[in-house]
Amino acid sequence: MQGSTIDSAKTVLNYHHTAEATAAHHEEHPDLRIFGLIVFLFAEGMIFMGLFIAYLTFRLMAPSWPPEGTERLELLLPGINTAILISSSFVIHQADSAIKKNNVSGLRLWFAATTVMGAIFLAGQLYEYFHLGFGLKTNIFASTFFVLTGFHGLHVTFGLLLMMAVLWRSLKKDHYNSEHHFGVEAAEIYWHFVDVVWIVLFLLLYIL
Amino acid sequence: MTQAQLQEAANLPSHGTEPPQRKWRDYFTFNTDHKVIAIQYLVTGFIFYLIGGALATVIRTELATPEPDLVDPEFYNSLFTLHGTIMIFLWIIPAGVGGFANFLLPLMIGARDMAFPRLNAVAFWIVPPAGLLLMASFLVGPPQAGWTSYPPLSLIASQAGEAIWILSLLLLGTSSILGAINFFVTILKMRVPGMGFNQMPLFCWAMLATTGLVIIATPVLAGALILLAFDLIAGTAFFNPTGGGDPVVYQHMFWFYSHPAVYIMVMPFFGVISEVIPVHSRKPIFGYRAIAYSSLAISFLGLIVWAHHMFTSGTPAWLRMFFMITTMVIAVPTGIKVFSWLATMWGGKIRLNSAMLFAMGFISTFVVGGLTGVMVAAVPFDIHVHDTYFVVAHLHYVLFGGSVFGIYSGLYHWFPKMTGRMLNETWGRIHFALTYIGFNLTFMPMHELGLLGMPRRVAMYDPSFTSLNRLCTLGSYVLAVSTIPFLVNAVWSWMYGPKASDNPWQALTLEWMTTSPPAIENFEVLPVLATGPYDYGYGDRSSEVNVPFSEAKDPVLSAGPSSVLRAEPDPAVAAHPDDRVGESQNRE
Repeated sequence: MQGSTIDSAKTVLNYHHTAEATAAHHEEHPDLRIFGLIVFLFAEGMIFMGLFIAYLTFRLMAPSWPPEGTERLELLLPGINTAILISSSFVIHQADSAIKKNNVSGLRLWFAATTVMGAIFLAGQLYEYFHLGFGLKTNIFASTFFVLTGFHGLHVTFGLLLMMAVLWRSLKKDHYNSEHHFGVEAAEIYWHFVDVVWIVLFLLLYIL
Repeated sequence: MTQAQLQEAANLPSHGTEPPQRKWRDYFTFNTDHKVIAIQYLVTGFIFYLIGGALATVIRTELATPEPDLVDPEFYNSLFTLHGTIMIFLWIIPAGVGGFANFLLPLMIGARDMAFPRLNAVAFWIVPPAGLLLMASFLVGPPQAGWTSYPPLSLIASQAGEAIWILSLLLLGTSSILGAINFFVTILKMRVPGMGFNQMPLFCWAMLATTGLVIIATPVLAGALILLAFDLIAGTAFFNPTGGGDPVVYQHMFWFYSHPAVYIMVMPFFGVISEVIPVHSRKPIFGYRAIAYSSLAISFLGLIVWAHHMFTSGTPAWLRMFFMITTMVIAVPTGIKVFSWLATMWGGKIRLNSAMLFAMGFISTFVVGGLTGVMVAAVPFDIHVHDTYFVVAHLHYVLFGGSVFGIYSGLYHWFPKMTGRMLNETWGRIHFALTYIGFNLTFMPMHELGLLGMPRRVAMYDPSFTSLNRLCTLGSYVLAVSTIPFLVNAVWSWMYGPKASDNPWQALTLEWMTTSPPAIENFEVLPVLATGPYDYGYGDRSSEVNVPFSEAKDPVLSAGPSSVLRAEPDPAVAAHPDDRVGESQNRE
């Protein structure tokens, strides 16, 4: 009964139906990806939480902390680094405000600025690594120091990649606009997360 | 009109033009359909189950005699290490959390797919490489430190295998977290309009509690494994007292994940059982809210009991007391569930088919595992049986008698929906009988062996334990053979079994309100809830209510749970104060 023409017509219809359904589906839940990202960052935070608590346990059990003979950490460079990283959170927020006003060049400017600040932070970290008086295996303090800051540095690096991806995509015309800018928002939330983790890390390792 | 007919009438399944059948090739590709991913998880998990089972059979054959004569003791260490790792991380978690939740959640809440379909596929495709990686450790000398991988043991014996073990577990943990994020967001955000939390099927509640645990606990295991990897590969001393570290820190981090992991492995099956029992007892579930909220209670308590694995690790007495009490308290929400299931069956019109038999088997064996769990929670008793076969018996009663019976029950129940074919009932019952006998024969004697003091994880034992060990080995062979009827039944039925109708069990939850197997995007139109998820056995009670089809344009006639058609005047909340009578009776 059914000829091939009818079948292909049906296929086309179904195709449209599916495409519409998918589009409608995304329209229905505009915030799901952000929510998913936040749940993911919560899980990431739990890794850091585990490592922080391990650090505190080692610290509480040690007879003296840092162990005898460990060179004291210098505060000046990490302090400047911290200031740069924290202020970059405010800078990246400017990008979000810009794109909400459909200002793509503003978005590019602020994202580029954040990327540079993040890169300066990473470079500062590397500089500190090479000028410390201890290595990974010197003692338990040194080991925790390198693993914690290194794991955080990995997150900073990933954040830089995210921001560069957003910059790359923003070159495409109308890829981001005031309505659709999930990538911008996601990178911003992720960057805030990296920042908050660093504040805790800095307090634990340098100040306490 | 019965409730099932009412629900079905409100949801005309999409016998549309779309071919509901997937091609077999789709199952070997990166496919984003949650139903394809679910079957990928289940089949992959089952293959690893067969591998892990083969390892277990070798272990039991070795233990048939007191002397280590079949394999050398070091290889024996690898056998039980890989058996444990495979069964937990490559079978129960992927099949239970990945398989069933993937298939059922979107269908049960009336969604077209998961919240993040591509992430879902990524989460699955991490599993086979990680599993193969773990298998590859056989080439370099497999890990020997047990599935717990306690340092310093794990840092000394077969380091290459241990490094592979860590990498494999990190991958599997990542997969598990990515999957859990998806389930969590899907349950919270993608339910059909009109389905509040208290209209969700109980499986969704169980998965909500489970995914919460995965998201909170699994990352901590990743942290522990990262530190362990540094100790192993870079030579740091996190878990080495000579360098200022402490092996007990690893134990804390490990069990902070691995105790909740027990609930990650069993709670999905609490959900499965809560679905299977009311359907096949033809009765409303007893204590819907009690079962739902007790899942959350188990989740919360499960996070604060981990150190009961460490009573002999120098844990101070006051801390032991805390963990002993919290552990015993978990028996309360678990008991609430067990008694609710029993009360659901009580006086029901029970269909004793394979799914129901496995569900009842689940309850009986899980209760034994739960009771021994309360026993080992008591510090003095735990110190006596620590690292003996009593622990092995307890663990298998929970993870085999619980999780694996739950998996089988769920497979028999949802196989028609997953494949569109019915399983053979006779072979299902033979499978159940063999499994139940084999299981109890294998693990029941281990309780006594443990009480007599036989240590676990040792390839040789005192000759006085021989007769009980022979019994265990015999049971393990029955258990191994019991898999064959299932395997043959599943493969044969999938290809040639009788076609399943859309709703072969006359169930009410939404996954039965579509075709078998469901069409590619599950539902033709948004499904509606004409009845609650467990309104069984009401017969013709509400036949005078003519609930219209879901196509009805008028929202008032859309027959959701808040529709005026379903309203019964409650005198307690009457509009005029003079008409109000009595207390408000909120019905389930």
